[in-house]
Amino acid sequence: MLLAISVVVAIIFFIAFIVSVKKGQYDDVYTPSVRMLFDDELVKSKPKENQPVNKVKSN
Amino acid sequence: MESCFHCGEECLEENILYKEKSFCCSGCKTVFEILNSNDLSYYYDLENAPGISPKIRDGKYDYLDNTEIMDKLLEFDHGDTKIVSFSIPSIHCSSCIWILENLNKLHKGIKSSQVDFPKKTIRLNFSSEEIGLKNLVLLLTRIGYEPNISLDNYESTEKSVDRSLIYKLGVAGFAFGNIMFLSFPEYFEINEFWLERFKHLFRWLMFAFSLPVVFYSGKDYFISAFKGLRSGLLNIDVPIALGITVLFLRSTAEIVFDMGTGFFDSLSGLVFFLLLGKFFQQKTYSFLSFERDYKSYFPIAVTRIFKENGENREEQIQVYKIKKGDRIIIRNEELIPMDAILIKGDANIDYSFVTGEAEPVSKKSGEKVYAGGRQQGGIIELEALKPVKQSYLTELWSDEVFSKEKRSIFQNLTNQISKRFTYAVLTIAILSTAFWMIYEPSKAWNVFTAVLIIACPCAIALAAPFTLGNLLRIFGKNHLYLKDANIIEKTAEIDTVVFDKTGTITASERDHIEYEGIELTDEEKQLLSGSLRASNHPLSRSLYNILKKHNISSPDSFTEHTGQGLESTYKDLRMKIGSSGFVNPTVTVDAKVQQKKRVEKTSVFISANDQYKGCFSFHNSYREGLAELLQELSKYRELIILSGDNDGERERLQGMVPEGTKMYFDQKPGNKLQFIKDLQKNKRKVMMVGDGLNDAGALAQSDVGIVISEDVNVFSPACDGILDAKKFRDLAKFFELSKSAIKIIKLSFFLSLIYNLIGLGFAVSGNLMPVVAAILMPLSSISIVVFTTLATQFISKKLK
Repeated sequence: MLLAISVVVAIIFFIAFIVSVKKGQYDDVYTPSVRMLFDDELVKSKPKENQPVNKVKSN
Repeated sequence: MESCFHCGEECLEENILYKEKSFCCSGCKTVFEILNSNDLSYYYDLENAPGISPKIRDGKYDYLDNTEIMDKLLEFDHGDTKIVSFSIPSIHCSSCIWILENLNKLHKGIKSSQVDFPKKTIRLNFSSEEIGLKNLVLLLTRIGYEPNISLDNYESTEKSVDRSLIYKLGVAGFAFGNIMFLSFPEYFEINEFWLERFKHLFRWLMFAFSLPVVFYSGKDYFISAFKGLRSGLLNIDVPIALGITVLFLRSTAEIVFDMGTGFFDSLSGLVFFLLLGKFFQQKTYSFLSFERDYKSYFPIAVTRIFKENGENREEQIQVYKIKKGDRIIIRNEELIPMDAILIKGDANIDYSFVTGEAEPVSKKSGEKVYAGGRQQGGIIELEALKPVKQSYLTELWSDEVFSKEKRSIFQNLTNQISKRFTYAVLTIAILSTAFWMIYEPSKAWNVFTAVLIIACPCAIALAAPFTLGNLLRIFGKNHLYLKDANIIEKTAEIDTVVFDKTGTITASERDHIEYEGIELTDEEKQLLSGSLRASNHPLSRSLYNILKKHNISSPDSFTEHTGQGLESTYKDLRMKIGSSGFVNPTVTVDAKVQQKKRVEKTSVFISANDQYKGCFSFHNSYREGLAELLQELSKYRELIILSGDNDGERERLQGMVPEGTKMYFDQKPGNKLQFIKDLQKNKRKVMMVGDGLNDAGALAQSDVGIVISEDVNVFSPACDGILDAKKFRDLAKFFELSKSAIKIIKLSFFLSLIYNLIGLGFAVSGNLMPVVAAILMPLSSISIVVFTTLATQFISKKLK
């Protein structure tokens, strides 16, 4: 029984792998690593836009 | 010296201050303004001076309004939503990715954009109502990311990406892992209760897992072995295919007749490692293309003039539609797509693409101009003589060299050894079987298969891929980008190196000048600089850039005589700058001989108030370290210089090249190709080192064609490798490393033979247990991988 489960789990992951390759996720393995770092920074730059507004409020 | 905040170039000519930042030109400033006003200045926080100075030419992209051309470029077009992909060679850093993926902030018509950094492409999803394709391209160009749109884009059908190796590797890895799990218990606990109960299930599961490994992942080995055998070649895939077959059949037989566990673990491990080697060797530089032809250089469309109701009108037309007799317009910096006759305008055509001749040629109306020339200067009007595909340059591509596969002839080292190896293995297998037949016939079958299994040349097959694959990466880090790993093996065998001259052994910029004649006075120098600045002729531009800038006096009057020179006055000083005939029409006979000598170099003559002063001669400056490099190479190889230029530089070259170097001048592209062919007929292994389209034939014909490139992102003709010009002098080291790589591969062969002998010891004596095979096979493979990796790292230390 456990054996069957292990094989099924393995096959599920295998199918996930095939699907991801088919979708082209392995075509560009570099850009996402850079893009990942931007998303954090973008949040940082948003408060910048709002800064003047905040100042008005605090004054 | 201030450097530009946007592009990092030094602000030489002007220094524009804006918001307390310096910019080298108004273009850079504009980009900053655009980004700053759209809250995109984070661009400059990511990297220092990440920008590219934009170059905009009016009317260049007008053809994008042509719906037919647009349809060809668009990837997806449904109503308002359109998707297009561009290749943008100037993508170079993380700032580029960031700005290009935030284009939607610049224009609301852009829905989304995604950059593929290794390929240097961008995929844009935009709304055609809000922003047209032309404006989209202009927007990109304005911020310095000019997409490259060439005839290639027009013809390219969607290339399907070949991912089969990843699938095969995935399947093999998946099966390998699972089979290892399933076979592990039986390695140790032979008679345990639960194991006894379940071992049949385990074995059949392993069998099931091994099926896709043999019939899908290992498929290529069978095909290649079959092809090899059919053409009478015992390539390395023959013993591999034999090994896989025997492993599978024997293992299946064992579990069917309940004789043992079989060798499914070794089988899947073997295929997995082999594919891993293949995968490793397959390093690709996706941003480079090694298969370019003229189409990557040619524009998609040109401006055609036609008469309608007696009025001249312009339209953008696809270049293939140009017929004989059509009138077209070529603007500054545009490429002439077909052979034509000049009708109107000052043609100043740079044929460096085609002939390698660095000097632009002036043409008068009525003269013929050829495809591949680039107009420098004003607008010209041409009448087409031939359609694009039949022009002189494009005809070169109809030579058979460009259609045939180069690789098939090459017999690599691995296949050379595999022949002997296969015979040896078969002999041992038959002999030992014969021995056991007499001694103990029941074991004979066992021994026969064991020998074939253990002798499967996994380690041998891995030696070359890992050595070469690793070296390929090391070369890549050192800016020599090779098409594939076989090139390294071929390079090691090269005995003749042919160099192109212009652009290859000389730097493409001419920055070496010499002045002969009477010293110019300060006033004259000032006027000279001033006049040169006003002129658009390429020679004036480069002379102006080289001359130290004095106080510049703007000329009071200035006239440019096309194809001849400049005439300018300042106060009572009148200067003529230009060709010898223009400046000094009354040369004495004696001086004429001298003049002739000078003409062969590129010269600019100067006279003041009708008195001849002297001339500036441009020299091609040779690449740094050229003499040493040639000296180094000439030790083991014959060197030949093949130039499309005239022989004006012969004497200077003679001083630099080692003795015995042959030099040929005035070689047309076709001659070069033929020259290489002749060398090869004499059993020479030829490397061609070139740079432009004029070498394209020779590059394709040679055993190894290397292109020298000042900027690897711009185009280079079809070749086997692209070498960054800055690394030109390392060429000798690359040769040396290739030779060392061959030595490493041979050593690895020796190492793996030792493993094979140990294995054969087990096999011949009839004691091969599955666990021994399961240990020995990965062990030999991994140690070969480790050995080759370390060894290549060690030899490549020389490069740094």
